[in-house]
Amino acid sequence: MDFDALILSRLQFAFTIAFHIIFPSFTIGLASFLAVLEGLWLVTKNEAFKTLYLFWVKIFAISFGMGVVSGVVLSYQLGTNWSVFSAVAAPVIGPLLAFEVLTAFFLEASFLGVMLFGWKKVGPGLHFTSTALVAVGTLISAFWIISANSWMQHPTGFTTLPDGTLRAVDWMKVIFSPTFPERLAHMVLAAYLTTALVVGAASAWRILRRGPDEEPCLALRMAIGMFAIVAPLQLFVGDLSGKEVMRVQPAKLAAIEAFWETRTEQPFHIAAWPDRATEGNRFEISIPKLGSLITAGSTKAEVKGLKAFAPQDRPPVFIVFWAFRVMVGLGVLMIGLGAWGAWLLWRTKGPEYNRAFLWAAVAMGPAGFVAVISGWVVAEVGRQPYVIYGVLRTADAVSPVGAGQVSASLLGFMAVYAVIFSVGVLYILRLIAAGPDAATPELDGPPGNPLAAGTKGAAS
Amino acid sequence: MTLDLPLVWAGIIAVAVLMYVLLDGFDLGIGILFPFAASPAERDVMMDSIAPVWDGNETWLVLGGGGLFAAFPFAYAALMPAMYLPIILMLLALILRGVAFEFRHHGRARGKAFWTAAFAGGSIAATLAQGLVLGGFIQGVKLDGKGFAGGPFDWLTPYSLLVAVGLLAGYTLLGSTYLIWRTEGDLQVRARRWGWIAAAATAALLAVVSLATLFVHPRIAIRWGFDGDSFNLATLLPLLPIPLLGLAGLGIVVWGLRQAHHATSLIGSYLVFLSGYIGLAIGFFPNIVPYDLDFRAAANADNALSLMLVGVGILLPAILGYTVWVYWLFRGKVGGDAGYH
Repeated sequence: MDFDALILSRLQFAFTIAFHIIFPSFTIGLASFLAVLEGLWLVTKNEAFKTLYLFWVKIFAISFGMGVVSGVVLSYQLGTNWSVFSAVAAPVIGPLLAFEVLTAFFLEASFLGVMLFGWKKVGPGLHFTSTALVAVGTLISAFWIISANSWMQHPTGFTTLPDGTLRAVDWMKVIFSPTFPERLAHMVLAAYLTTALVVGAASAWRILRRGPDEEPCLALRMAIGMFAIVAPLQLFVGDLSGKEVMRVQPAKLAAIEAFWETRTEQPFHIAAWPDRATEGNRFEISIPKLGSLITAGSTKAEVKGLKAFAPQDRPPVFIVFWAFRVMVGLGVLMIGLGAWGAWLLWRTKGPEYNRAFLWAAVAMGPAGFVAVISGWVVAEVGRQPYVIYGVLRTADAVSPVGAGQVSASLLGFMAVYAVIFSVGVLYILRLIAAGPDAATPELDGPPGNPLAAGTKGAAS
Repeated sequence: MTLDLPLVWAGIIAVAVLMYVLLDGFDLGIGILFPFAASPAERDVMMDSIAPVWDGNETWLVLGGGGLFAAFPFAYAALMPAMYLPIILMLLALILRGVAFEFRHHGRARGKAFWTAAFAGGSIAATLAQGLVLGGFIQGVKLDGKGFAGGPFDWLTPYSLLVAVGLLAGYTLLGSTYLIWRTEGDLQVRARRWGWIAAAATAALLAVVSLATLFVHPRIAIRWGFDGDSFNLATLLPLLPIPLLGLAGLGIVVWGLRQAHHATSLIGSYLVFLSGYIGLAIGFFPNIVPYDLDFRAAANADNALSLMLVGVGILLPAILGYTVWVYWLFRGKVGGDAGYH
């Protein structure tokens, strides 16, 4: 087996999937946000909701398009670079991925067309239904992909035949593997938070530049509502997910906390420099006994350390330890932002008049993306050296392709993704800078209104 | 009676790939024709004619890839590494053209020009890459057991290059006949001219590719009744309707162009593609990775296939239903007010 092709394939997969997850983690939340905005507009007839809808739908279109094209890559890359994984895993998770295409992708793609281009072609009810179906599609997609990933993290409901191939024996246990509910909730909440942070930042920026107009203030308040409720909820769900990790992937938990020895009264490391060569932390700042308390609920609980696992079965420690701290640190900041915003709503004339808060909201705009990617690094790197935990090692899963080809493809992805990412971000930032009141004046009427003024559309 | 699950799934995958070719074929074709448009406004109309549906069209490609993974994992695991470079090229090209739908509207002068070029270049490169994959597939893939055992450039031969150029002509035909259907005025006149050129190129290349295919693998020639120096009429005759369907399709394309009909030529070009598609399938069936892995040996476990069949039975009619509805909603000639930007 070609060692370099393995490393390069891992790099390529990490790069392409980390790039991809940026977009779904934003569009899952944004689709729901748009459905809520359109629904509120239809019910309350408040034009501010429509203005916000027409503004955010443009940003949605750019992000969703980038998510689609970077997602197609993944459905082929499993075969080009991980053909052994494909052949081994397909009998069990093949149907899950097929169901994702059948239940989600077609639904999203078809009704996205109506959502973006059907404003003058369908009535308000049907247009709202299309938006809602796109939102539901993004959630269904998350359901299947998290289901497949949860099975890879903790495979259940299958058996290994004498020739080494896998067979599903209980589809319910495959689809709803034990860690799946927490993982799905954790990802969907993460997506909602990511979106709320972007909406909050864009609205705060708008208010800082142009003053407290109705639309950005409305959107800011909606975002604060999400921070205040979802961020603490996420801490709770994340903790549940962590408890599951301790139960089913103790080596990952040991890496997350940089525990080397198996012992009671594990310290909690606020910061550390874990070193696999010396099997210890070169340096650490710790709180005694707190590690056992946080992970197992009692300072007296014994928690496994990495040395309990053979060196070839340990995940990389440094990256998992730090990715986890980045994620949790940002989560705590999100909770703080939510509490601050809620306090301003409750006790002052409004968050839109507190410039420090507005600047904080702007600064936290990208925090959701960083936290999501960090969380996935914890989940995926922490599962190493396995691709299917306990069943198939990553090193045994790679395709029979040479390092030359994989270098070429990796360079190709880096070049193309660098271009589309920087341009996409530039266009989104430009839209945010121009603001909601610059959005699409020609779509004055409600959906389906044949008298909608103006004929200037995309052709302009 | 029990269902022959692998056979049913071979049919489903074949239909998914055909749907992809017929649907994304015309929107890749429009990208190929982009450089020949008379003005930026004309390009806007061309793009608007497919903007609401391109994403759905491309989803058939995901179903083709994802479905192959789920239904015939050994075929997927052998073909993807064998076609590594053209598959990656196709993906990169589809990325560039896919984002161009949005980016072209948001770019200012230079940005717009760049994404116009990216849409055209990406469409052309994706088409050529798909042609190279198809050519490499027909030539056959070297296997060791069920795994790929060939070299990184096995797919690159004069034959696969010929197929790639043929597919470029074919998608251009689909693109121009689709434009005839969806546009009016000067652009439609231009699309008819493109249709004539593309039809001639497609006819010529289809003939050359068909003949070349008979020499690519002896097995294909035998399937069509040629065994080197004599040919077997009893084998050939039952298959004759397939090339005749292609000829009829070309005839309909030409008739539609001459009579200045709107949708006729698109239907004709679909028949040409259908004929080519079935004609190729005759050559390698029941292999799913020519010519050493048949679809039964490559199939997934029966319990996975039957679970997915239940899903497809419920979901595919719904998908086809709302896809048809979306096309119906956006029917008629594209005006200047199609966008939402």
